[in-house]
Amino acid sequence: MVIPPAILSARGVRKAYAGKVVLDGIDLDVRQGEAVTIIGASGSGKTTFLRCLNWLERPDAGDIRIDTQVMGRTGSVVATERVLAAQRRLFGFVFQRFNLFPHLTALQNVALGPRRVLGQGREAADARAERELRRVQLAEHMHKRPSQLSGGQQQRVAIARALAMEPRVILFDEPTSALDPELVQEVLDTMRALASEGMTMLVVTHEMRFARHVADRVVFMADGVIAEHGPPEALFGAPADPRLQRFLRHLEPSA
Amino acid sequence: MIFDWNVVWYAMPLLAHGVVMTLQVSIVAGLLGLAIGLVAGLASLSSFRVLRGVVRGYVDFIRGTPLLIQIFLVFFALPVVGVRLPEYWAGVVALAVNSGAYISEIVRGSVGSVEKGQAEAALSIGMTRSGVLWWVLLPQAWRPMVPPLTNDLITLTKNSSLLSAISVYELTRAGQAIIATHFAPFEIYLLLALYYYLLISVLSWASRRLERSLPQW
Repeated sequence: MVIPPAILSARGVRKAYAGKVVLDGIDLDVRQGEAVTIIGASGSGKTTFLRCLNWLERPDAGDIRIDTQVMGRTGSVVATERVLAAQRRLFGFVFQRFNLFPHLTALQNVALGPRRVLGQGREAADARAERELRRVQLAEHMHKRPSQLSGGQQQRVAIARALAMEPRVILFDEPTSALDPELVQEVLDTMRALASEGMTMLVVTHEMRFARHVADRVVFMADGVIAEHGPPEALFGAPADPRLQRFLRHLEPSA
Repeated sequence: MIFDWNVVWYAMPLLAHGVVMTLQVSIVAGLLGLAIGLVAGLASLSSFRVLRGVVRGYVDFIRGTPLLIQIFLVFFALPVVGVRLPEYWAGVVALAVNSGAYISEIVRGSVGSVEKGQAEAALSIGMTRSGVLWWVLLPQAWRPMVPPLTNDLITLTKNSSLLSAISVYELTRAGQAIIATHFAPFEIYLLLALYYYLLISVLSWASRRLERSLPQW
């Protein structure tokens, strides 16, 4: 079997806020088609790491390689704003609180990127948006505004918005944490479908069932470092790091 | 004292001319101020430090000096350096430059008050900062801008009475002219106050209509 090359790799990523170290040198590779989840207690740096990957937060040190590019750099010089924007486009990002554009319909939310970033004409952009909304089972709601949709529907629109840019990898930042319990499943189902289609995904989540059953690999973060990582069976079945053992003990029995 | 109704009946149509002039000055200066304020407000949000510094200085100067002095600067001081404006345009320019500074702060504040996740979402689909501003932040900032902009237009309309000091024949000046010939300050100034009050009431009403007609989500 041929192991595909890493499409995303992070090396020595560090970040501190006002002297407090949040990320203390993170190395991670994600291969094409892999679904990797990051778990860990709150405050372990999971979300910050995700936001550093697409430079929503600028890392203090370290390299992030996506495809053939190094984030924030053109060759050996600092990237211009325009180049950085184009690099960011290689990532999709799904936020905990959806962050849909409230003044636009679902269709317009998804079509905005193709239209204004990729420079497609209105018809082409709308067609692509409709296709992506169909993919997340929301075609019949495409003319509604976010305020007319449920939380689960909003998050699926957000996923479609990310998909419409044809990213190399999608970063999910606790995508179900802001949802009412009964709406969680529809979002997880959408993500599971994407994973089975071969979409490369990096998912910060508290949904242990998703980590256990959908992810190819699980990364456990604690105190700003990767404390343990490996296939889900190994991490959940035979955790080695005492912090991971404690973390798993404190989870609800349903996980 | 006796309230002289005759001078009131005499003054009312004359003052109506003044109302027209006040309205005209306010609308022209308001539109010009809006244009200045939008440009300056967007400049203050740009990533160019020099540009932000220039706007900062402009706003500080306007806030830190009396409007009457600004009017005199445009009308009496600019001619010294070769810029000679007739009193009407000097007045319009002074009012516009004055309100432009306040409007730029309204624009900056409204755009800044859009939730932070909006800009992050737009950056995440590969937009540049200017794209984020134009396609995501500004469209959401229009509605919250309306009430403070109306306030500003109301202030501008009231401030236009200061143009009487450089002989622009607006409402206040028209009233003063009648007082000078008929010695009825009590009646005329009351009437002036009433005229301004009605004018402002109409503006407030129109603003509420405008605010309601803007899309909500």
